[in-house]
Amino acid sequence: MSEKPKRVALFVTCLVDMFRPEIGFAAVKLLEDAGCIVEAPAGQTCCGQPAYNSGDRADATAIARHNIALLAGFDYVVLPSGSCAGMIAKHYPLLFEDDPEMAGKARALAQRTFELTSFLVDVLGVEAVAGASHLGKVTYHDSCSGLRELGVKTQPRKLLGSVAGLTVSELAAPEECCGFGGTFCVKYPEISDRMVSDKAADATATGAAMVLGGDLGCLMNIAGKLKRQGSPIAVRHVAEVLAGGALVAPIGESGEE
Amino acid sequence: MSEHILEFKPAEGFRARSKAVVDNPFLRQSFRGAMDFLMSKRAAQFPDAEELESLRTLGERIRQYNLAKLPTLLEQLEAKLTQNGIQVHWAETPDEANAIILGICHARHAKLMVKGKSMVSEEIELNHAAEAAGIGALESDMGEYIVQLANEKPSHIIMPAIHKTKEEIARLFADKVEGVDYTDNVDALIQIGRNVLRQKFLEADIGLSGVNFAVAETGTLCLVENEGNGRMCTTAPPVHIAVTGIEKIVEKLEHIPPLLSLLTRSATGQNISTYFNMISSPRLAGEKDGPGEVHLVLLDNGRSQAYADEQLRKTLQCIRCGACMNHCPVYTRIGGHAYGTTYPGPIGKIISPHMLGLEATSSMATASSLCGACGEVCPVKIPIPELLMRLREEAFTAPHANPAMVGQGAGYSWLMTSVWKGWAAVYRSPSLYGVATWLGSRFSWLMPSKQGAWTSVRVPLKPAPRRLRDMLRERG
Repeated sequence: MSEKPKRVALFVTCLVDMFRPEIGFAAVKLLEDAGCIVEAPAGQTCCGQPAYNSGDRADATAIARHNIALLAGFDYVVLPSGSCAGMIAKHYPLLFEDDPEMAGKARALAQRTFELTSFLVDVLGVEAVAGASHLGKVTYHDSCSGLRELGVKTQPRKLLGSVAGLTVSELAAPEECCGFGGTFCVKYPEISDRMVSDKAADATATGAAMVLGGDLGCLMNIAGKLKRQGSPIAVRHVAEVLAGGALVAPIGESGEE
Repeated sequence: MSEHILEFKPAEGFRARSKAVVDNPFLRQSFRGAMDFLMSKRAAQFPDAEELESLRTLGERIRQYNLAKLPTLLEQLEAKLTQNGIQVHWAETPDEANAIILGICHARHAKLMVKGKSMVSEEIELNHAAEAAGIGALESDMGEYIVQLANEKPSHIIMPAIHKTKEEIARLFADKVEGVDYTDNVDALIQIGRNVLRQKFLEADIGLSGVNFAVAETGTLCLVENEGNGRMCTTAPPVHIAVTGIEKIVEKLEHIPPLLSLLTRSATGQNISTYFNMISSPRLAGEKDGPGEVHLVLLDNGRSQAYADEQLRKTLQCIRCGACMNHCPVYTRIGGHAYGTTYPGPIGKIISPHMLGLEATSSMATASSLCGACGEVCPVKIPIPELLMRLREEAFTAPHANPAMVGQGAGYSWLMTSVWKGWAAVYRSPSLYGVATWLGSRFSWLMPSKQGAWTSVRVPLKPAPRRLRDMLRERG
């Protein structure tokens, strides 16, 4: 059976581009290992979520229009982030509900857009990955948008289950928000701090050496808190571990060396 | 410890109030414990995810069906209630509602009103109005009785005194209830309240209650409660006044069982409440008890503004179970008083702007991480995160630009709007974005180590030395 390889646009997300390019490389490797032809369209900036979540619909719409044009023509669009994937897959169609010319294009893009681990498992049917070996006990934080907008829950765990020498020890409240919430964390720092402190305590209580997740925003928030507390727990994007190969310094630690 | 909170200014002081709770480990722990308890009780009621989903869908459909027919149903309800001998009154504002209620009281030379639990009576601040008019208003729901004794407001729509420990309640009773010694035995505390209230039910001239569902077809007022105080308020005094919002209406009796099941299971994790009262008329000839007079006051207070907009109308689907509060990671951390509104938590964030104006409630919609837990548990599927987003859009839009929130100022400052315009200019243009991120990574050593609210509790952010786009390009 010779199925034509799928042409996948990797939308790296602005946070990954700026703060953690390694996640982008890991995503490329995972997709290529699964037989995809991967491109990262050069004109990509941001999904527009920060403006959208702040109520700036006009600017979010302008950014969405740019991305819809940029990402047309690919079989699939994959993002190493549940919240950015959710923005394109769930909210772009809402932005163009009253625009007959764009509505169809937005819906078509939405249907082709996936979060990385759900694309690997649900679309490509990947059962196992190479993975970084012998990491021991890790724990997993379910980011809100991926979980509730896209149903990302079992997919990363399934792939992690195939990695040798790795077990997932669940958080007491894996589905509880870490307190990032985009601008929420700087607008309401006291509340956000309480939320991320509880998340850090939950992670610490599992005895895991590593916290994994699928969204860099949440991971920077959790790592920022754990490192501030002097915790030895490493924080990484799940793609870094799934892709295998050498691991760079964990999130929040690279800048301090 | 619990501060005296009577006059709320929601937008002002939200941060200070929430910080006070966050900084108080004792209060925080008690909220957290209570919410965890309610969440696990709800979860135990819905072991079957499919059943829950189909019941929620049914609940949503029933509420939407009835809201779609609201104007007709309100007319039908008025006609049917009138036919049954219940007097119907319409109030557009809280002041009007208070005037109607106190007017009935004055006509009967009433001195004492006993009250069953009613959030609408909190919304109109009836107790203050009654006090000012020289009429005693006594709360008879145990939680409401406690917050009234403490001169506070409810911190939760179902559990008004959830912020108080039994030791605080013990001290409160010893201080405020005549002839009572300190005891922190819960059964003894409840007995104290019961003894006080039992006598008052007999003395009261007026019994006041809320309404959970008003049935248009039969003219029936339904009341869900656990303590029996609701039944006492609606049967013992000679006059019963029910007060509710115009949205609490259903067409048929058969609409009630699914909604009731969703309500009690979502709210307190009970299969069914201890009491379910259905009131269809005043005392009839030959009946041994019941009030000689029954009134219903229907309050608008901003609900018709929400109703006028197809999307915002979903706000009115609410059956007031409080599950969105119990599951909200923000409410769990800051408690109900921090919001400064009668209805706190996620439902408070979406309903309060219609009651108090968008300007006065601008922190409501933004004080959310948009995690979506509220929408996930809502028994009638109100898309709360979507409505929060809509309110953020309304706040971002210039004043008076949108007819959905007429006469209300924008909630955002000029500075904040400008920041987003600048951000959007960079992110809309791949070339500007390229320059900005290139500068960011090339000069990452210039990144300040103090980054405002972020670094107050976290290590600073550092851009990577090279952008992904550069590395991908070199990889070829």
